[in-house]
Amino acid sequence: MADRYYTESHEWVLVDGDIATIGITDFAQAQLGDVVFLELPAPDKALEAGDNFGVIESVKAASDLYSPVAGTVLEANPEVSQRPELVNADPLGRGWLIKVRLNGEATAGLLDEMGYESYVAGLQ
Amino acid sequence: MLGRLGAESIDDLLVDVPPRLRLPALGLPAGRSEFETVAQISALAARNRVFADRLCFIGGGVYRRFIPAAVAAVTSKPEFYTAYTPYQPEASQGTLQSIYEFQTLIAQLTGMDAANASLYDGATALAEAAMMATVVTGRHEVLVAGRIHPEYLEVLRTYAGGRGILVREQGELGELTAAVIFQQPDFLGLLENAPELTERAHQAGALAVACVDPISLALLAPPGQYGADIAVGEGQQLGLALSYGGPHVGFIACREELIRRLPGRLVGQALDGRGRRGFTLTLTAREQHIRREKATSNICTNHSLCALAASVYLTYMGPDGLRQVAEVSATRAHALAERLQGVPGVTAAFPGRPFLYEFPLRIDPERLRAADLNRRGILAGLDVGRWYPDLEGVYTFCCTEVNDPAAIDELVVALGSPLS
Repeated sequence: MADRYYTESHEWVLVDGDIATIGITDFAQAQLGDVVFLELPAPDKALEAGDNFGVIESVKAASDLYSPVAGTVLEANPEVSQRPELVNADPLGRGWLIKVRLNGEATAGLLDEMGYESYVAGLQ
Repeated sequence: MLGRLGAESIDDLLVDVPPRLRLPALGLPAGRSEFETVAQISALAARNRVFADRLCFIGGGVYRRFIPAAVAAVTSKPEFYTAYTPYQPEASQGTLQSIYEFQTLIAQLTGMDAANASLYDGATALAEAAMMATVVTGRHEVLVAGRIHPEYLEVLRTYAGGRGILVREQGELGELTAAVIFQQPDFLGLLENAPELTERAHQAGALAVACVDPISLALLAPPGQYGADIAVGEGQQLGLALSYGGPHVGFIACREELIRRLPGRLVGQALDGRGRRGFTLTLTAREQHIRREKATSNICTNHSLCALAASVYLTYMGPDGLRQVAEVSATRAHALAERLQGVPGVTAAFPGRPFLYEFPLRIDPERLRAADLNRRGILAGLDVGRWYPDLEGVYTFCCTEVNDPAAIDELVVALGSPLS
């Protein structure tokens, strides 16, 4: 089982070979409240680590999404576009947002699970 | 109080206001009664030369049209015209419903999926559309195709400067182009090939922004039909007086996919807890109080009372009435154009180019001088060379339903006056 890595802007990334799956954390979905809309990129969009790749809109806020890694967008999750509430129901699973083909090193500078947990604990 | 502030007089207090900005001595007589003052001012006002509506043949962005009494009957209700628009749904169903109806009417007229609650005027609506296009595409140039209203272009440049958007008036479309912006009919009244401009924008991955005349849409294809992404325009012709150029009302409408980038207020229809129809602001996460600096625009207000006038006008006229207004205007304008071109020294500036109810003519200056239109009480011939150096000697004329056949005769006879 591959490890999941995290950003301080509350995205997660799971790497399998040169494919990275990206979503938002359970803490993020809980803070946002009911997600009502997602604006996600089209395939082939090139992303640098830290680039804004879309917008997530909940009943109380609209927030930008930032890519934890550099790569090229393979696809956006077709299911969440139709059912944004999946991000609330299963943020680490069926509520994933995009898949990216990595350019080189994936996880440098990201938080591991324990690092993210203690970061979130510091926010509360 | 002056003493407490350490000032000896009012002038002393206002010392920081530059003298050129202060009110000069008015030289008013002392001790006149209100009655005497009104009489004197009325006598002065009577010396103004006021052009009769029927003898006004100048358009150029604002147009004299018949305004049914029903418009003022509704807009003068204090529930609508009092100071501020209450947006709380529990307090203001009437206001919200009137905005919703305006949005619906504009969407139907333009053939687009959604329209907002209105903007200030046509010029700011155009500038908002340009910003919207740059946010949607992530590109930072807009290409203005053809002759849009020169004052709209100025407003567009003002907005663009603050957002780092480059406004180009010529050149090719490319991968930096966010939008192709055109006006239909153009500033001279001539028809553009809107479908072709839209197609060219889309081929370059840019949005097509159509700035349209709402009355013209009773006759021309609406922007939604030829695939424009954003439609904007000035709504003055829909029941609003000229009023020295404002306040009027701008409109903006778009395709559904772009709705989250639409600037400004948006009213939606919903059901309350008991399943009854109601109205509320919706999709507010687009707006700057939530989206902050990532919002398309910092606009968070609209011209509700003017929008209400437009809604009443459109509802009162209906599709048939609106078509009649457009047809009568176009028929009279074409008759006028033909007759004026029969006057020696007057020719079509762009022969063969189709138009609706405004058109450009090239006129011998001697001819205009001899006609002395202003002295005859006729307001006609907008000198478009003021804005376009290549159009020196070109004047635009317009006809609407207020220009009756006898008024048209008067203009033709005046312009045909013998040269001295």
